[in-house]
Parts: sequence; C-alpha cells; structure tokens
Amino acid sequence: MKTVIDAHNIKKIYNPETVPVVAVNNVHLHLERGEFTALVGPSGSGKTTLLNLIGGLDKPDNGSVIINGVDITRLSANKLIDFRLHNIGFVFQSFNLIPVLSARENVELIMQLQHVKKAEINVRVTSLFRQIGLEDKMDVRPAQLSGGQQQRIAVARALASRPQFILADEPTANLDTKSADNLLDIMAKLNKEENMTFIFSTHDQRVIERARRVVTLVDGQIHTDSSPVSVHADYPVTA
Amino acid sequence: MWFRLAWKNLWRNKHRTSITTAAIFFAVILSIAASSLQDGVFDNFIKNMVSYYTGYIQIHQQGYWDHQVLDNGMLRNEQYETRIRGQKNITAMAPRIESYALASFKDLTKGCMVVGIHPEEENKITGLQKKVIAGDYFDHNGGNTVILSEGLAERFSLQVKDTIYLISQGYHGALAAGKYLIRGFVSFGSPELNDQLLFMPLKTAQEFYAAPDLVTSYVLGLKFDKTLESTVSNLRQISGDTYEVMSWKELLPDVDQHIKMDKGSMYIILGILYLLICFGIFGTMLMMMVERRYEVGMLVAIGMKKGILAMLFLTESIFTVIIGSVTGLLCSIPLVYYLKEHPIRIGGEMAETYKRFNFEPVFPASTDPSIFITQGLIVLGIGLVLSLYPVITVFKIDPVKAMKK
Ligand SMILES: Nc1ncnc2c1ncn2[C@@H]1O[C@H](COP(=O)(O)OP(=O)(O)OP(=O)(O)O)[C@@H](O)[C@H]1O
Ligand SMILES: [Mg+2]
Repeated sequence: MKTVIDAHNIKKIYNPETVPVVAVNNVHLHLERGEFTALVGPSGSGKTTLLNLIGGLDKPDNGSVIINGVDITRLSANKLIDFRLHNIGFVFQSFNLIPVLSARENVELIMQLQHVKKAEINVRVTSLFRQIGLEDKMDVRPAQLSGGQQQRIAVARALASRPQFILADEPTANLDTKSADNLLDIMAKLNKEENMTFIFSTHDQRVIERARRVVTLVDGQIHTDSSPVSVHADYPVTA
Repeated sequence: MWFRLAWKNLWRNKHRTSITTAAIFFAVILSIAASSLQDGVFDNFIKNMVSYYTGYIQIHQQGYWDHQVLDNGMLRNEQYETRIRGQKNITAMAPRIESYALASFKDLTKGCMVVGIHPEEENKITGLQKKVIAGDYFDHNGGNTVILSEGLAERFSLQVKDTIYLISQGYHGALAAGKYLIRGFVSFGSPELNDQLLFMPLKTAQEFYAAPDLVTSYVLGLKFDKTLESTVSNLRQISGDTYEVMSWKELLPDVDQHIKMDKGSMYIILGILYLLICFGIFGTMLMMMVERRYEVGMLVAIGMKKGILAMLFLTESIFTVIIGSVTGLLCSIPLVYYLKEHPIRIGGEMAETYKRFNFEPVFPASTDPSIFITQGLIVLGIGLVLSLYPVITVFKIDPVKAMKK
C-alpha cells in the first residue's frame, strides 16, 4: 500500500497571543492510497482545521504533513499553491464553482492551469461528466444546477487534476438526503473504480455509515479511529 | 484563458461594470468639459484684454516703458520688422507712436494722448474699426484726419467733419502743432481710454511730432496665448539689448495676477472632481472585491496562482477603464466643439460689463487637443492606479480566511 498522507504530530493554535485556542492538538494521521475516510466530531472539534492543514491551506504550528513524500509545511506560499494544484483535489461545502463559467469550463479550468493539452482535456472532461452522470449539463452555468449537481461537478473538477487524494469539508452539509446519497454514491464509485483516496468531514450519520474508516476528533485530538459501527456506539453525533 | 474568464467576469455583474464604465466615462467628459471651458474662458479673457489696446507683446526701445517719452522712441527698422513678422504665431505687427498733446476746439482745451497708428495692422490687433461709432475708419492714405474717442469728443461737443487743433512738444524739443479734420469717433469701454485717445495715421503723427520714421512701440498679435513665453524668449534673442520685449503679463500685471488667482480656484474645482472620480471608481472596485472574495479564496485554494488571478483582475479593470475613457473622450469631442460653436452666453450684469468693453458676453470652450489628451490621460491614470487595488487584494488574500463565512 502506498502512503498518501502522513501527518505527524501536528498542532494548530489560533490566537496564540490573545486567547489561545488549540484547534488541532498533536494529531497523527496516516492515509493510504484508496482509503475512503470520514472525519467526524462535534462542532468546533477541529475537523476543518485539520483538513486545512492536510490540504496545505494552512500551516501547523508544530509537526509535519508529508504528502506523496513532500513535507508541505516547508513549502513557500507560491510552491504550496502549485503543489495543491497538482496533488490535492478540493470539494468545499458550497460555492465551489465559478458562476460565470459553464460546468464544463469549471472542470476544464483546473486542467488548463495544469497546462494539460487541449485534446486531452476534451477527452477527460467528457469521461468525467459521464462518471458523475451529468453529460447533459456540461454547458449549463452553475446557477442553473441544483446544489447536488453542483457538488458532483466539484467532485469532477477535483478528480480532473489527477490528485493524490480528494479532500472534502462537509460536502453534503447543504444537500438534502437524496442528493447527499447520490454524491456519496459517486464518490464511492470513484473510490472503487479509480482507487481515488477520499477524506471528508461530516456530521451526517448516513454519510458516516458509508465510510470505510472513521476518524473522530474531540477537542482537536483524535478520539477514535476505526470502522463506522464502533463510532456509532462510541459517541452521539449531532447533526 | 484568463482573458476569456476576464471577459466573462465583466458580464457577470452588468450593473457594476456599467457603473464603473459610466463613472469613468462621465469623469472624462466632465474633466474635459471643465478644463476646456476654463482654458477657453481664460484665453478669451486674455484675448479680450490684450486686443483692447495692449496687444500680446510690445517691443520698445530699451528703457521706453519706464520713461515713456518720444525721445525714448526708436527709428523704424525694416530688416528687424521683417524678421519679427517672420516668426511663427505672430499674426500682426502694428507700429505706434504715442505721446501727449493739448487739443483745442473753440474755447476749450484738453489734454489727450495722440496715437499714430498703421490703420490695417492696428485693426488686426485691436479691431479698432469695429469700435467706430460715427464717421469712418482711416482708409489707406488717411491724410490729415483723426479719430477721437467718444468721451473726448463729448467734452468738446464735436461732430464728425469738425476741425480740431493740436499742440505739443515734438521730438527733441521741437514745437508740434497742427489742425486736423475729424473723421470719426470710436468708443472704448474703459473711461481711461475713452476720455483721452486720439488716433491719427502713423505718417501724420510722425509729421506732427517732427519725428519722421520714429515709433514708440511695436504691438504684436499672437495666434495662441499658449506660445506667449516661447515667442517672447525668441523675440528677446532676436532683439538683443537694443529693444525691450514685453509680454502682456508685464504690460498688464494686474490682469495677470487676477487670472492666476482665478486659475488657482479652478484647479481646486478640478481637484475635487478628480477626488470624486477616485471615490466613484474605488467604490465599485471595493464592492467587486467584497463580492468576489470567497471566489478568489476558493481559486487560490484549488491551485490558481495569485499572479494569474492578479492578471485576471487587472485585465478586467483595465478593460473597463479604457472603454470608459475612450468612449468618454470620443463623446467629449463633439460636445466641446458644440460648446465652441454655441458658447454659453452670460446674462445679467456681467453681460452688460462685457458689452460695455466691446467683449462678446460668452464663455467659449477651447478645443485645444492637449486638453483632451491631458484630461483623458489623467482619468485613465486614476483608473489604472485604482486598478491596482484588486491586484493588491488578491496578493494579500488568505484562502482560509476568504472562504470563512
Ligand atoms: N480563524 C480562527 N481563529 C480563531 N479560532 C478559530 C479559527 N478557526 C477556527 N477556530 C476555532 O478552532 C476550533 C476548531 O474549529 P474548526 O472550524 O476546525 O471546527 P470544526 O470541527 O470544523 O467545526 P464545525 O463542525 O462546526 O465545522 C474551534 O474552537 C474554533 O472556534
Ligand atoms: Mg468545519
């Protein structure tokens, strides 16, 4: 198995001078290729902070984050942007897409940033839209799509860059149950068919149940790290 | 790629784009109109003032201005005159001989200023012919005839065709005396001139003063007041120490002072206008950055380099600024030309004053191309400098903070 993420002893303190908040406290997290991992925990437990650290959006005060053999905590701001472009796929809770671009252009954009050849982009975009089941919505602007459809396109965009893993912070938080199920179906399918690694945070019990591994954070520390069943028994998840 | 994105972004919020473009559009039009009116009004004022009597530039024998007597006059020098006339921007060169005399009619005697003029050249500069209110202007030989200013004529209760006697001291102390047929009357707005001027043809005056070929000044007309300084310095070079070359600013220091003060307050108004323009443009840019902050954060998060994003915003703003400036510039051209052809008319008391001085009571607009260029560039410059705001914001953005709700 290939290690994709190796976060070692990471710590993040907000407002160290005034009112220090230890958002992530000495966390070790190790992800292998092909994992489908949920990050859960009560509100304020540090899920977003941890994902930001792993995704190279924020720097830890302590510890290292090694992705694909590179310690990203040591990269300069500019190098880090480039690293994210080539190695990490992002799906945010909402407003993932540029409103003025069509669905297809939103997906193409990331490959254009990677300087992928036009012919290759065309082929890839078509297959990505087939994978997310939105071939008929390629030329539609985000505003004309449902929240669920927008999130599926965000997943397609994340996948388009051929990242090491896809990171999603509460991707279903703004979706109804059916759309959430649908999004999870697609993510699970991509995980299975392409062996794409996913790590996502969620409050949704139904989503947690679809994960193959569940990491629970409480007060910035890893509380449990196991299969979904034991988590369920361990602590009551608030929606 | 970002060019296409920039283009699409311009259409994302049509209102905002059109507000920014319109702000710049009107800014250009306003600043061009304001400064073309300002320049037009001052140019016109200067033209009025100098064509009243003084001319744009005068040349005298060195020392004449401080001590204005015939003995400080100069002999006409054809070679020199030809050189001066040949200078660019000089429209006319009128020789004058000026001195004081006593005029008498019946049992009245009064001091007056006798001015010998070259009828055609003088007319090119002061439009004297238009000021004739009775009788005629000089024809080319003129003869022993004079034209009196209205006030002087009234003092003596003179009529055209009456004869007036003049007596004075001529060149080098000679006695000057003669009788002259009155050809016509001219009216000047200013009492100072209206009560004492008496014109005669140059030759006649030279004979009267026993000073053949002598003149006290050359009065020059200029095409553009803008070229005043350069023309004066050219003329000074040509004239050397023999002659003194004086611009209207030295001849009419009060007028110059007055214009300087008025211009100062116009610049303050223009400054306020620029400030308003700044706020207008900056406001829309601020709005735009607030609206797009999340999106910029998201794009940086997924891996778009800030340099590319900055280019994107710069392209957008520059495009908006240029469209606004260019259309503003294009629309201001017909507007200013219209204002030149149909100048704003002044009403009320001010108009009366203008008319009394034989000035047309109008605020003309200047169509000097440099106004369009300068004002267009200033507004364009303001727009471009403000376009740096989004760029700076992009470079300072932190994706995590920007995406926080
Ligand atoms: N920018 C910040 N400045 C100060 N404190 C912060 C900041 N961001 C987060 N925190 C604090 O850090 C802790 C962890 O926040 P985080 O957003 O990671 O939690 P979370 O698990 O994602 O919560 P939620 O489920 O509500 O999204 C919280 O106590 C939060 O108040
Ligand atoms: Mg969170």
